[in-house]
Amino acid sequence: MSVFNQSRKNVISLIFIALFAIIIIRLFTLQVITSKYKILAEDQGTFRKVIYPDRGIIYDRHRNAILQNVNISDLMVTPNKLRGIDTFTLCKILNIDTAQFQKKIVELIIKNGRSRPSVFEPLLSDEKLAMLNESMFKFAPAFYLQERSVRSYPYDAAANVLGYTAEVDTNFLKKHPNEGYVAGDYAGMTGLERSYEKVLMGERGIEYWKRDNKNRLTERLGNREYDTLARAGKALYSSIDIELQALGEKLMQNKLGSIVAIDPKTGGILAMVSSPTYQPKYLTGSERRKHFSELFLNPALPLLNRTVSATYSPGSTFKTLQALIGLHDGVISTSTRFSCSGAFYGCGSGKPMRCLDVGTFDLRDAITISDNTYFANVMQKVINNPAFPNIESSLTHWDNYMYSFGLGRKLGVDVPSEKMGNIPTPKYYNTVYGKGKWNFCNFRSVSIGQGEVSVTPLQVANEMAYIANKGWYIAPHVIDSIEGGDKYNQLTAFKKRIQPTNIPDSIFEAVHDGMQGVVDRGTGAGAKVKDIVICGKTGTVENYYRGVKQQNHSFFCGFAPRENPTIAIMCVVENSGRFGGTYAAPIVGLMIEKYLKDSITDKARVARLEQLSKLNLMPPRIFAELRRQDSIRHSKDLSYLLAKGYIKLVKDTLGIEDDEVNNDDFDKMNKDKSKGNKPMKDTSLSHEALLPKEKKSNNISDSSKRQK
Amino acid sequence: MYQKKSVILQGKDWVLIWMYGLIALIGLICIFSVEYRPNDDVVKSLFAFQKNYSKQFYYLIVCVIVAMFILLTDSKLFTATPNLLYVFGIGLLIATFFVGKTVNGSKSWIPLGFMNLQPVETCKIFTALALAKYLSRSDTNFAKPRSQLIASAICFLPIVFSLLQNETGLALVYFSFLLPMYREGFPPAYLVMGASMGVLLVVTLLFPAKPLIIFLGVVGLFLINSLKRKIKRNKSLLFIIVGAWALSTLFIGVMVPFLFKHVFQQYQADRIFSMIGKDNPYVIQNTADITAGTAVEKKAKSDKENYNVKQSKIAIGSGGFFGKGFLKGTQTQGDFVPEQHTDFIFTSLAENFGFIGCVILMILYLNMLLRIVFIAERQRSTFSRVYAYSVAAILFFHIAINICMTIGLAPVIGITLPLMSYGGSSLLTFTILIFILIRLDSDRQMVLR
Repeated sequence: MSVFNQSRKNVISLIFIALFAIIIIRLFTLQVITSKYKILAEDQGTFRKVIYPDRGIIYDRHRNAILQNVNISDLMVTPNKLRGIDTFTLCKILNIDTAQFQKKIVELIIKNGRSRPSVFEPLLSDEKLAMLNESMFKFAPAFYLQERSVRSYPYDAAANVLGYTAEVDTNFLKKHPNEGYVAGDYAGMTGLERSYEKVLMGERGIEYWKRDNKNRLTERLGNREYDTLARAGKALYSSIDIELQALGEKLMQNKLGSIVAIDPKTGGILAMVSSPTYQPKYLTGSERRKHFSELFLNPALPLLNRTVSATYSPGSTFKTLQALIGLHDGVISTSTRFSCSGAFYGCGSGKPMRCLDVGTFDLRDAITISDNTYFANVMQKVINNPAFPNIESSLTHWDNYMYSFGLGRKLGVDVPSEKMGNIPTPKYYNTVYGKGKWNFCNFRSVSIGQGEVSVTPLQVANEMAYIANKGWYIAPHVIDSIEGGDKYNQLTAFKKRIQPTNIPDSIFEAVHDGMQGVVDRGTGAGAKVKDIVICGKTGTVENYYRGVKQQNHSFFCGFAPRENPTIAIMCVVENSGRFGGTYAAPIVGLMIEKYLKDSITDKARVARLEQLSKLNLMPPRIFAELRRQDSIRHSKDLSYLLAKGYIKLVKDTLGIEDDEVNNDDFDKMNKDKSKGNKPMKDTSLSHEALLPKEKKSNNISDSSKRQK
Repeated sequence: MYQKKSVILQGKDWVLIWMYGLIALIGLICIFSVEYRPNDDVVKSLFAFQKNYSKQFYYLIVCVIVAMFILLTDSKLFTATPNLLYVFGIGLLIATFFVGKTVNGSKSWIPLGFMNLQPVETCKIFTALALAKYLSRSDTNFAKPRSQLIASAICFLPIVFSLLQNETGLALVYFSFLLPMYREGFPPAYLVMGASMGVLLVVTLLFPAKPLIIFLGVVGLFLINSLKRKIKRNKSLLFIIVGAWALSTLFIGVMVPFLFKHVFQQYQADRIFSMIGKDNPYVIQNTADITAGTAVEKKAKSDKENYNVKQSKIAIGSGGFFGKGFLKGTQTQGDFVPEQHTDFIFTSLAENFGFIGCVILMILYLNMLLRIVFIAERQRSTFSRVYAYSVAAILFFHIAINICMTIGLAPVIGITLPLMSYGGSSLLTFTILIFILIRLDSDRQMVLR
């Protein structure tokens, strides 16, 4: 009996208690003090699932949806459930062979793991979807269909105005931190999609899910008390008249150029046609990337919104403004006459400015027949006005008029990539000619809208709205109102009337008279519409492309009806040749008829419409460029054939000469590659249709990077 | 009449029985929370013998029946048969080499058809009884080194077999028999030396050798300085201190590297180092026999062990003070902790019920241990006392190592949490251990030999 060892009981008990105390202390630090494990547990045990709301819908002025959402299905696969699936039938439906199928599954497993669902085929076409739906039971549960929302365009029009959405890239994420974007999200890249991104994207919802060790989502966390609901993007109500827009696009088929129509009373844009355009659905869905690169490389620049991003010399359309300035400054009156003996000789020798109609005209007739000499004289008088001490101050005075008419600056339209255009300043001439070493004769061509002055089609249309309203305008815009109110103050600027000058109505009446004459009996007779008094002005714009003189641009701008005007419109047909009245005027006439009379029913007019829309005025250089691109593509095909070993046969039979041809092609190809991201740079840029700078630096080059 | 009617229930220690039942029930609930998924039909699957919790439920019923049988036996049976049982146990251990089944890399299971028996586990009972029997012999004088040696041999013989069966963890359990031996008069110096060697081993692994030796030297000098007067009176104290320092130096500098290079298998060394969060510095240098493939395999294995401990710590740590609530643990429901229903069952409790739940369980266990110690001390017979201490020691070792394992204080050696971990073999062993004790305790007034 080891009774003497009884005290050891206490030692043993103490050991028990001590170790348990250590464990409890350790548990206390682990569970109560340290928060590290809670964070780790949240990281791996829960998942923040972002719920994407539907993007906002855009309506036209008659509440037709012109941009909405449709659901498209993705085919999803969970690789670890694949056993016993009828792979053969599936491959047949998807048009792939079993080897490709295996390869794809392996790729997905590497990318996303075995037990998580991955996208097997995104954005299924309607027929594939129908076929899959029919036999889906054969592929379940490994395969299932998952719907997602994709943009759709019920009218297939206004691509350039509406813009497109695309996956955000790293650049975009850098530029928009803290706005909740993550890689893989879609965001508006151009057009209204871009301008109103904040409104259209809606509010993302967050669901908290439990996640297991294989990264599968198992069930919702808690009682959803932490979840936030997704809110769909707000609808936008635009001023676009979608039928007018579609008509404009039809008329501008096979032409380069644009049409802008504005409601002068509200500043709301009725139609904004940039041609060539593209089917907006091209840039959604599974073929998006392919289509984008096609459009991006097209020398006719279908992705460019010419209405705001292309600048042109205004040509004779500029004369209406010259008349306003001359009359308001009092250097001429409505009855002032200048004669044209064939050209403007006010600057002595040098290349004279020719006029078409020899004779003596007052202001109305000068506008009506677009007399160059008359307006050269008017501007000469404005510039050499003795009320101003020197030419710099008088030109500044003239510039201020132009700025107040909305030229030479951005109008603030809600479509991105707006260009400023250019109004020449004294500073500019000082740097070109030296201070004090220039006079009116150095820029006399500006008086008839040639030379240094440049404008966007939107600016011209806005200028027409200004004249139509007799002295005021509202900044042109596409969106009138936003569902649920204008939370981001995007529309405030479009509510206030801008009245930059106090030119009396009588002066406007005089200009209106002249402009009515243009359509009634002058250069713009092609725009005439029965029963509607149209005021207009033609323009025939000389232009150069890489220093080579090109066919003239055809311009026509105007408004209708003369009393209480409801549409101000501008049309440009690039490099059409002939005169402003030849092509642009009849297009404008049809547009006005459509808008004011709601439809074109007269047989002769319908025939005219069809004739104009079939007319192909695409400049030859576009075709030349397309051919060049084709040949590069062809040479790429050759290289493919070479790699495959087919080309050897050709070589054997054709000998050395052919080699040289091939080398040439390869050189071209390499050159094209070495140009990197800007393959457009020296192929199709022209001075009148530059890619807007800011656009070049972000969206388009970004997108092109994505293409690579 | 009365006595006859309540023959099973009379004189039984109800506190211990209640605690046994409570802990087993908590265990069942924890296993349930590991496996339960929303929309499961609980009642159906509980009786279906498909899910682990339903199996554990049936094991518990079996255990109750076995416990009844034990309570119905005569306590003399346990004093009469230990030697026979011990031999039988060793026989089972040896039989394992021939008819054994490999589970999780260790060939230590004997398939019985309806369940797998792990002799190392069951042999604990026999060893406890055999030790009790030996120490309670009237001609055993435990003060003699010869008796101490024989008692140690009885306890440590199964270790040899289980090491050979690659069951290092269960082998270590047998060291817990040092505790009853200590109670019966085993010189504490051995235990203190053993314990300080263990501490020194851990410290050696944690810190570089040279600064450690210098630090120990400084501690020694400090000791000499503060014990000046005592040393003046008794010179041998000085020799003890200097000798202890010299021994530690030898241990740190020579023995530990030797142990890791030549005694431990590499994976065992890796495991120990991975527990303290370091790479094994004693990796065998001649890589000629180690192909790249096995190196990768070993890396993967050690990563997996790290992963277990990390996940276990995350589950426990994320429980917080009050826990996430029953069946609301994201880590448990997400299957993040491997082997959660067996070795890591504690994590399920810790995540669902938090620190509070853990403390309650720890108090339950501690109460159980102290109750057994209390029971041990009220025995008249040495046999019952030694046996009771053995049970307490085995339970303590299991609880302490298992929980330390889950919170990263001990290497993962695959020791179950008594009465809680899933598994019939483990549950049955502890049931038998405890109920033999309860049976013996009911005859505490008798002197059993």
